[in-house]
This record gives sequence, C-alpha cells and structure tokens, in this order.
Amino acid sequence: MNKKSFGSRVVAAPYIVWAAIFIIVPLLIMAYFAFTDANGVFSLENFTQIGRFKKAFGLSIFYAIIATIITLLLSYPMAYYMTKLKISSQRMIMMLIMLPMWMNFLIRTYSWITILANTGLINKFLDFLGIGRLQLINTPGAVILGMVYDFIPYMILPIYTAMSKIDNSLLEAASDLGSNSLSRIRRVIMPLSLPGVISGITMVFVPSVSTFYISQKLGGNKDMLIGDAIEYLFNTGPHYYNIASTLSLILMILILICTLIMNRFSDDEEAVVV
Amino acid sequence: MKTLSRLYIGLILLFLYAPVAVMIFFSFNSGGSVWVFEGFSFDWYKGLATNTSMLEALQHTLIIAVLSAAISTIMGTAASVGILALRKRISRSTVMSVTNIPMMNADIVTGVSLMLLFVFIGNLFALRESLGFFTVLSAHITFNLPYVILSVMPRLRATDFSLHEAALDLGCTPVKAFFKVILPSISTSIFTGAIMAFTLSLDDFVISYFTCGHYQTLPIVIYNMTKKTVTPDVYALSTIIFLAVFVLLILYNTLQTKAETRRGVNA
Repeated sequence: MNKKSFGSRVVAAPYIVWAAIFIIVPLLIMAYFAFTDANGVFSLENFTQIGRFKKAFGLSIFYAIIATIITLLLSYPMAYYMTKLKISSQRMIMMLIMLPMWMNFLIRTYSWITILANTGLINKFLDFLGIGRLQLINTPGAVILGMVYDFIPYMILPIYTAMSKIDNSLLEAASDLGSNSLSRIRRVIMPLSLPGVISGITMVFVPSVSTFYISQKLGGNKDMLIGDAIEYLFNTGPHYYNIASTLSLILMILILICTLIMNRFSDDEEAVVV
Repeated sequence: MKTLSRLYIGLILLFLYAPVAVMIFFSFNSGGSVWVFEGFSFDWYKGLATNTSMLEALQHTLIIAVLSAAISTIMGTAASVGILALRKRISRSTVMSVTNIPMMNADIVTGVSLMLLFVFIGNLFALRESLGFFTVLSAHITFNLPYVILSVMPRLRATDFSLHEAALDLGCTPVKAFFKVILPSISTSIFTGAIMAFTLSLDDFVISYFTCGHYQTLPIVIYNMTKKTVTPDVYALSTIIFLAVFVLLILYNTLQTKAETRRGVNA
C-alpha cells in the first residue's frame, strides 16, 4: 500500500537534532565517563570498584521488588472494584486517585514523617492506648511504605484502564458457559488485564529502584540505596563523576533489562505507553 | 459483596489521603512543629506572602513550565508529522525508540546525563556557571517531548487522509491544507499533550535538581526546606497547591462532562 502522509519529513528535523543533542549525546558522555578515569584515560577501574555498591544495588532491587508486589496486590482489587461502579463514580474515584499525584512527591513523602515519627500520630495513639511506642520511622518498612504510597497511582490507573476496556459480553459468555465469578476473574479478566499489570509493574518498579529521596527521609539514611549513592557522588564533586556515571550506566542497563523482560509478557503496544 | 468492595475502595482512598489530611491540618498550626498541634492560626499562610525565595521559585517554576510546554508542543507536533512522513520504516522506528528513552529511563539517569552534557558544554566555552535557566529549560523540553509526540502521533495516524487530499484538490497549498484541515482534527490531542507537558514540568524534581544550578524551581526550594527542620510553612504552601489543583481538576471534569452531554444530545 502506498503510505501517504500529511506533510514533509523536513518538519521533524528540529526534533531529530534536539533528540540527538539532548538524548543521545548525554548518554554517550555518561558512557565516556564510566569507561575513563579522572584524567580521561580509558580504564575499567570504575567497574572494579562497584563491589563497594553491591549492598546498595541489592537493597534497591529488593525494596523495589517488595514495593512493586505490595502495590500490585493493593491495586488489582481496587481497579477491579472500580469497574463495578457507576461510570460517574468511576470518574470521580479516578480523579481522587490522580489528585495526590499532582502534588509534589517530596511533600507527600514528607507528610509520612508526621504520621510515623517516634512522637508522631501513630505513636501518640499507641501511647494513648497504653501499648507503648513502636519504631516506625527510619526502618526499611517505612521506605517501602513510601514507595508504595508515592507510586500506587501508576499501578491502579493502567490496570483500571485495561479492565474497563474488557467487553462485558465476554463475561456474560463465560457465565453462560458455566463459569462462576472466581473462574471468570481467573480465565477472562486476568489475562485481558495483563497489559495493564505489566505497564503498572514497570511504572512502579523503575521509580522505586532509582529513588533517592524516599530512603533519605523515611529510612533515615541508614541504608544507602543506589539512587542515594549516585546523588551523593555527583554532588561531592567532579572527581566522582566517573564512578557515579558507572553506577548510572549500570542502573540504566538494569532498568532496560527489566523493561524488556516485562514487555515480552505483553505484545500489546499500547501497554507500554499508557 | 457490594459493601466489601466499597469498604476496600474507601480504605485505599483513606491510605492515599491520610498524609494529605495531616498536611492540611498541621498547616494551620500556630506553633512551629509538624507534630505538636498548639492552636489554630493562619500565620504560616501569611508568612508565605513575604517569603521572597519561595515566591521567586514559584515564578521560575511557572516560567519554565509555560515555556517548556509551549516549545515542546510545537516541536513535538511538527515532529509527529515529520516522523510519519519518513519513508523508511527503519528510520521511523529508530526515531521512535530514541523518543522512548527519556520516558523509559529512570529520572535520575536522565538528570545526571543531562548535567554531564551541560557541564561539558560549560567547560568547552569556559562559562562561569554551566547550569541555569537555559539548562533547566532544555532539560524540561527534552522530557516533555516524548509525551507530546505519543499524544499527537496516534491521533494523526488515525486522521482521514482523503480530507487532506480534497483540500489539495480544491486548491489549498499543502501548508494551508495542514493548518485548515489536519490541525483542527488533531487539536484535542495537541492540547492533551500540552497539558501533560505543563504538569510534568511543574512537578519535576529529580531532573531539575541536577540541571537547574541557581535557577531554583519550587520543588528544589521545597527539597531544601525538607533538608532542615520542617516548619508548617511547607505544608501551607502544599495545601495551597493542592487546593489549586483540586479546583482545576473539578473544573476540567465538569467541562468534560458538559461537553460529553452536549455531544450526546447532538448525536
């Protein structure tokens, strides 16, 4: 088929130049720093040093996986129950879910300190009941909570979108053929909502694994995550640009691999975009 | 079953709004703590009006958001037209893969790679400050562009080509035909892209953090405030932002519902 178009390809030129300068070149510079020493000489020294950041990488991946799983477990029923409501209520709840997203995530994270701190609201309540205080802030649990809280809208929205696209007649057909509600969920809703789940997982995992604020505020800087390490090294001075670039490069490759794996599970092109 | 599902939705919303409620509550604290409520006052709100660094940052944020949204919308719309006109499939898919990079990548990686570029350029021209207004603006344009393109491109692809052809047959120049026929039919998606770009820019912290230098935007100022002991003024500011967004969303929602009912009546 002769593919026709509305215009000339020349109009894409400014964007293509822009993308080359601001997307490709920065990554090349980052790779250059990763493979050189402080004098700009080629070296693999940075890569031999990353052993020092093994714990940071391990913790980041571990926390991000736990946060993603919890987010998924909380979001899936939420999205499912939402599709059962009236359209107007669905729209209102969507709006309510998106509203906190439009607020600065720094503040959203920070507000949790008021709730979790040793003299915070939960501990005051526990005191009042005479149970005694719990150490809530500056724990891994608080960091994971922060991740779940900050990124849960990115999980609910794509799953909800995928579910609301499911044709009701498919569910009716399943009932006619003898499915009960549980097997309707398992055999019809789950497979058809998979693209939403996949993009939700990517959209929660990527910011969780690379965060550098949540751990500082809610984790009390006890355990350094990989985002913290990158931020710290870049802020310490140009001397650390090489090792920091190496860590960024590894983080990028890690995310790329995760995204590719996740995309293999869904052949729906839309899912990646949502 | 119905009560159970309602309860579940309610609990998730409670989870989402608990910190927001806490924040609004403590913004009215007369004391300086975000833990101990001493009494009700508007002091922190009054204080905001005289907080020059915050007002300046707000101004920076708005300037960057408006400019980056406008530039990325124009460049991104033109790019969508041009990319669809690319003859080879391989060049189309290459451009699209590159476009996806800032969206897929972690913000921190995008931020530091741009910072390295700007520092490199700064050293090349021996600038005293390599980071500032232009670097944060170009960083925002860069991460806005993919969202504009991915909003405009699908709509453009679905547009009926015969209309464009008809305009040409009736004597339009290709450029005029584009502005008269194609542009109106994709205007909604251009608008969506622009709004998305604007809000992304308003909210961005991580990429601005690495690229803004002394040209501090509001999230950067908030970050610096949360580094020290936090006083309720940050909460007061956030409450104002929250209410502004709330009103805008309600307005947008009502307008949309109205537009839909009108369309429903016409159809």
